[in-house]
Amino acid sequence: MSDAYRSMWAEMGLNLEAHDVLLGVLGNSYKEIYLAQKERPEGMGYFDFVMSEVHGLRIKELLDEKAAGRKIVGAYCVFVPEEIALAANATLVGLCSGADFAVEEVEKLLPRNTCALIKSAFGFKLGKVCPYLESADMIVGENTCDGKKKAYETLGHLVKNLYVMDLPQVKSENGRAVLQAEYFRFKAAVEALTGVTITAESLKTAIQTVNAKRKAIHRLLALRKADPAPISGLDALLANQVFFYDNPARFTASVNKICDELEKRIAEKKGAFPAKTPRILISGCPQAVPNWKLPFIVESSGAVIVGEESCVGERGTRNLTSESGQTVEEMMAAIVERYFQVDCAIFTPNAERLAHIEEMAADYKADGVIHYGLQFCQPYLMESIPVEKALEEKNIPCLRIETDYSMEDAGQLKTRIEAFVEQIKG
Amino acid sequence: MGMRRFAGIDIGSRTIELVVVDGAGQVVQSLKADTGFDPLAEARRLLDGVAYDRIMATGYGRNLFEIAFEAPTVTEIKAHALGARAFFPQALSVLDIGGQDSKVIALFDTGKVKKFEMNDRCAAGTGKFLEIMARTLGYDIAAFGDDTLLAEQETTISSMCTVFAESEVTSLIAKGQSRRSIALGVHASVMRRVAAMIQRVAPEGDIVFTGGVANNGCLRALLSQKLGRGVLCPAQAQFAGALGAALLARETV
Repeated sequence: MSDAYRSMWAEMGLNLEAHDVLLGVLGNSYKEIYLAQKERPEGMGYFDFVMSEVHGLRIKELLDEKAAGRKIVGAYCVFVPEEIALAANATLVGLCSGADFAVEEVEKLLPRNTCALIKSAFGFKLGKVCPYLESADMIVGENTCDGKKKAYETLGHLVKNLYVMDLPQVKSENGRAVLQAEYFRFKAAVEALTGVTITAESLKTAIQTVNAKRKAIHRLLALRKADPAPISGLDALLANQVFFYDNPARFTASVNKICDELEKRIAEKKGAFPAKTPRILISGCPQAVPNWKLPFIVESSGAVIVGEESCVGERGTRNLTSESGQTVEEMMAAIVERYFQVDCAIFTPNAERLAHIEEMAADYKADGVIHYGLQFCQPYLMESIPVEKALEEKNIPCLRIETDYSMEDAGQLKTRIEAFVEQIKG
Repeated sequence: MGMRRFAGIDIGSRTIELVVVDGAGQVVQSLKADTGFDPLAEARRLLDGVAYDRIMATGYGRNLFEIAFEAPTVTEIKAHALGARAFFPQALSVLDIGGQDSKVIALFDTGKVKKFEMNDRCAAGTGKFLEIMARTLGYDIAAFGDDTLLAEQETTISSMCTVFAESEVTSLIAKGQSRRSIALGVHASVMRRVAAMIQRVAPEGDIVFTGGVANNGCLRALLSQKLGRGVLCPAQAQFAGALGAALLARETV
């Protein structure tokens, strides 16, 4: 990393020493997990570059945007509509929550039995190592699970610019009304932040921009249905992770370029893994950068991941926002309609999620499903039991994993996953 | 051409077992050693002078062995399933309790693994738990189960955690509770934990109990009583994993 970046980080208030440690760990694990893979599509070079510059060039771009008068909105959840931020001339970025950091400091503020994702979000703040968080003009929290909504009460004391979005928990007309009211409140808040009033034109362009990004990802996901799988689950997960950070237009172009390459691979029957490699669908909690633990273990145990039923994956990117609206009101209604379909486990009941898991298992020709639950994530761990039962009734093997971000259970996980792969091979 | 021989080695946290089978899958040799602090050195010692055409490794040390001996590996799940099935060809449910984990495996009629669950992040419900409790109560581990069978009543142990259960047992001793009734409480505590896992994962048929802890007659009796199902313990229960690996080495071309 150049000296220019160091002074940039120092000016943002990052703890340079701690940040060096983080980048060191990130760089090493990227090398061992990503660059060591065989048969990678050439187009992944773009993502290698993005990851090598994830706290460098991309942050500089954001700071340049800020200098030009744009605002940065940071978010932790797929319920925060990027369309609204973009339409008000703001950039939406995902905030870091995929690695343990400053755990001792975090546990002064949060109970130990809080999930790793929430702890991580606090760790990056307390450790002063997340340049996305530090560059954000507005940080959006959201009332999803109890852990998150109570944690935001505490986070509000650590940052000055926290905005908390309420979310419904039932897919009823009342629930829809809550989401609609909250999206209008968010729209007003972003407009107040940027001083830009959202117009029908700016909202339409924003919807088209985000849809283009989703369409590129949909195209990538559809190509994973092929056997041999043309891309590893690790690489596809990375694309889903970078979805939250990158410049939308550049991301779209880069993913489409990879898709062109994958189409050629499929035509030539080339894959990231040999044909007939056991195919796994991952379902459950989000896997934020740099949480590559599970896919790394799965793909070094003789299986390939062909889909992610996850916020960082199909739950987050499924469905486009209708582009047919002409007025701001019509388009806002389309946004509400699109996001109200997200089948997060905070909803009760949440039968759509099970239907999606079964549908994905069939579409991607998965031989088995690994349910990924973060320890202490009550909503997903609760759902994992009926999910397992339903899948087994359909003779789809299912392995429930409960883990966190530490590597202490890597050996045990490897044994279970290898045994699961042996099981589905029969 | 002489008789072909296939070996399986199960490198567990406490012990290493080695089984050699002939071309017909019959056991021709079984050996056992403590794992100690250097599993590979122990494995080498155990293999010294043992003749085999192919070997397959299982157990938590399998990956160490794989690198050192360039041998294929199989997980302890599949190995125990195969071993249990070799002992009892109709088995649909397998319970294995080893030194640092316990696992329940459900099998299809064909013998293939249908589902499994492992308890491996905590000593509760494992051989280690029984070993520590036996020591706290002054028992030799080999006699722990048999003597406990003579208990007339049970003192309930409420702690699942090995560390807390140890202090609970110590305080029960201090209160003058009989050693046997506490020992029965300890066995019942392991039984309840394991029984719940069996009911969840493998609710059908007799249970083939493998691993070192299968030799504990008290635990077998308590499990059978609780579940109303037969609990079958092969004579060489501790060798199930190694046998499974040896049989798989024989099948692999």
